[in-house]
Amino acid sequence: MNRIRLFDHLVLMFGVFIMVAPVVVAFMTSTHEAADIHRNGLSLTWGDHFAETYDKVLTRKGGFTGEITGARMIWNSMILGVGFAAGKIVLSMLAAYAIVYFRFRLGTLFFWMIFTTLLLPLEVRIVPSYEVMNKLALTNTYTGLIVPLLASATGTFFFRQFFKSVPEELLEAARIDGAGPFKFFIDVLVPLSRTMIAAIFIIMFVYGWNQYLWPTLMTTDERFFTLVRGIKQILLVWVGSNIPDYNEAFALAILAMLPPVMIVLIFQRWFIKGLTESDK
Amino acid sequence: MASIGIRDVSKIYNGGVTAVSAVNIDIADGEFIVLVGPSGCGKSTLLRMVAGLETISQGEVTIGGRTVNDIDPADRDIAMVFQNYALYPHMTVYENLAYGLKNRRTPKAEIEARVAEAARMLELQPYLERKPRALSGGQRQRVAMGRAIVRKPSAFLFDEPLSNLDAKLRVSMRGEIKRLQRRVGTTSIYVTHDQLEAMTLADRLVVLSGGRIEQIGRPLDVYHRPATTFVASFIGSPAMNLVNGEVHGSKLALGPALIDLGAAVPTQGAVTVGLRAEDLRLHDDGQGGLPFRIDYVEELGAQRLVHGMVGDQPLVAALSSEIPLPETASLSIAPSRLHFFDTASGRRIDWSAEAAGPVAAAVVSEVVA
Amino acid sequence: MKRVQFSSPYLPYLFIAPQMAIIFVFFYWPSVQAIQSSFYLEDPFGFGSTFVGLSNYVDALGSAQYQSIARFTVVFTALVTFLSLGFGMLLAVKADAVLKGSSTYKTLLIWVYAIAPPVAGLMGMMFFDQHIGPLVKFAALFGWDMKVGLNYNDTAFAMIAVSVWKQIPYNFIFILSGLQSIPVSVREAAAIDCRSGVRRFWTMTLPLLAPTAFFLLIINMTYALFDTFGVIDVMVKDKAANNPITLVYKVYMDGFRGNDLGGSSAQSVILMIVVFVLTVFQFRFIERRVHYN
Repeated sequence: MNRIRLFDHLVLMFGVFIMVAPVVVAFMTSTHEAADIHRNGLSLTWGDHFAETYDKVLTRKGGFTGEITGARMIWNSMILGVGFAAGKIVLSMLAAYAIVYFRFRLGTLFFWMIFTTLLLPLEVRIVPSYEVMNKLALTNTYTGLIVPLLASATGTFFFRQFFKSVPEELLEAARIDGAGPFKFFIDVLVPLSRTMIAAIFIIMFVYGWNQYLWPTLMTTDERFFTLVRGIKQILLVWVGSNIPDYNEAFALAILAMLPPVMIVLIFQRWFIKGLTESDK
Repeated sequence: MASIGIRDVSKIYNGGVTAVSAVNIDIADGEFIVLVGPSGCGKSTLLRMVAGLETISQGEVTIGGRTVNDIDPADRDIAMVFQNYALYPHMTVYENLAYGLKNRRTPKAEIEARVAEAARMLELQPYLERKPRALSGGQRQRVAMGRAIVRKPSAFLFDEPLSNLDAKLRVSMRGEIKRLQRRVGTTSIYVTHDQLEAMTLADRLVVLSGGRIEQIGRPLDVYHRPATTFVASFIGSPAMNLVNGEVHGSKLALGPALIDLGAAVPTQGAVTVGLRAEDLRLHDDGQGGLPFRIDYVEELGAQRLVHGMVGDQPLVAALSSEIPLPETASLSIAPSRLHFFDTASGRRIDWSAEAAGPVAAAVVSEVVA
Repeated sequence: MKRVQFSSPYLPYLFIAPQMAIIFVFFYWPSVQAIQSSFYLEDPFGFGSTFVGLSNYVDALGSAQYQSIARFTVVFTALVTFLSLGFGMLLAVKADAVLKGSSTYKTLLIWVYAIAPPVAGLMGMMFFDQHIGPLVKFAALFGWDMKVGLNYNDTAFAMIAVSVWKQIPYNFIFILSGLQSIPVSVREAAAIDCRSGVRRFWTMTLPLLAPTAFFLLIINMTYALFDTFGVIDVMVKDKAANNPITLVYKVYMDGFRGNDLGGSSAQSVILMIVVFVLTVFQFRFIERRVHYN
């Protein structure tokens, strides 16, 4: 019995090592100087250039135009993550409310039209989507960055599922208590959904923050670059340089993963709930 | 406070399924009416039509003389207590009680006074700041009732409010509901599938089956004079024994026995005979009577339920546990305690057994089985 | 839907309008455009377009390059799916088995989920770097001269490794929650009926996990097809010529680098059909799964 458990622990520790070690190494290495890394390879020890490297990455103006700083990119990522998550929640709660709690003629049709969006991810319609954005003059705007990503049904399905699980008697009691559609939504349904909202916010924030393809297409103006989108630019600048700025690249990678990772770790319970219940 | 009228009310669903058909009930002001029946008999649907939670397909519902068919539930001046309580889980007990009043723009002082009064009546004062999930089942039930009381409506509607409670609590809450209703004197309609609850609470019972009314009446009337075999088997525990018999003149052939009724029954030939378990007695001398083959015995303490066969038909007798059971028993019953039902329609056949008197059944002779 | 609903002539439309508007503009319009332009040949200099029927499709499907990319996509998808599912399941089963530290393992194993694919790609580039990459040095111990970014197979290997690494937590979370939703009474009944733990896993646990595993299979395929774009884009660094890419990357390349709108649209539509089939399959299965619970 004990030997089996020991073996289980060994497997798990190996798994943890595989998952965690690369990030630890990346972080440690980012505190060394580029030349040092170039000479000695990746490092597992603490270097003395943490403050220097991260300060430089966050505040130095770079890119082709020399306008963009790491801090600015973090700010843009934040706007995308929060804007996307908030937009998703508002839109999908309203739509799910209409679908679940109202009887109306086009309800079923709308439901299927929303449902269909699950069939085709953004990646398969990037070129025409870009064309549409061009026609609407939304490239290089926050609206263009956020709103098209909202055109999918994941959140709507999540809230539809949740609303359906709310006991019907609650609505009946509320109606007898004199609550109309608005009152019921604000007084009962929204407060009841608090945990759900938190869970979906976390999932959607991570999803929004981590967007890459769409920001790559939508933003050519570096002022609108998100951190994740900026990464390739960083790599491109390297090509041909003698000693690539490994330390800065690692520092940016760490910065790019920090907010979503922290959120997932801190709100782990909600995150798992949101993930396992929304993707069904 | 108001009377409620239910006139020719039907519920027909889109698929053509009829859940309630042409029901008529007149409920007097302050009366406690219990709708009882097995699941799917339409009792909840009927209640929900009175509440306005279901549309009324046909007929008319009036509350206090006002037709309410097209009036929103909130404006019907009713309050409802739900089976799963339907408390707002994110609100405190106080907020739960006050929510309906707030939506009606009741002045704040008035809300406070009414909530305080209801809380006192229901002994909820210590819990006013708690959320429902921190309450026990019985306390939640009381909050649900409090929510109805604070509104001071013309009618209370109860939809199986006790079925989520354990047996002991159910008995005490039953008493509490009855006491409260007497005190506030509000017209009430109460839905349940539990015949015992129905018997103990009701001023009048409405027994429903398949969307139709089987019988309306005071509990004891319904118990003693069930209108149909359905009511006979539904009301009372254990259920009334229903066996096939044959009437010849003033004699009833029951299995191998022949019973002299002492008076003519207004029917002849095959008939369904109803015998309450507690009306059956052990026939003293072991001779004559209904020969009863005992299968098994359920001991209930005060009495025992003896299951067995008369001829080829099963029968239950409630007998005193003081008297020892013989190997083969024979039973007797006062003819006036017999119920007759038409075999085809299941309707009660009224007859007067007065002439027969409360004498133990005389078995004239044994018929060859 | 609810037994009791509100009825209002305009409110539901008001509530659903924002979502519908966004879906129309950013989903239906582009999707229809994609289908439409897949039948046209766009003049490279922007002077109008000509209807060419199915020839964009014929060109795409007929080209040797497209076929080899499609082959790579299939291999890539299969490997990423099975490896990440396999590792995820292994770790989940073990985390479910140990009593002590289960939640610590869980925390340590799930957080990589939050790393964006291109960030994972960037880290992969470092670990597979010619000068400093420890994995290249490790491979050299076995006489494998790894040249990621130059050698086709080596790049493919690195891409798969990074993509699998990034996806393990997702599978882990789902399988673990699937395992933990198996009622204790069922486990106890199985423990009484069957002594061998391995046999119990195959005959009891795995069948009960089947719905979760099937769901994950589809999700992982979708991940490998689409979400790995970031990994690939970072790792091939715009030098797609000698490097392995997937079909989605080719759509992007032809549409934005090659300016071949018609060809790119035709490829989009082909992918749409693939995803459509996958998803319909998935939903039919999920419909069935509802009865399981």
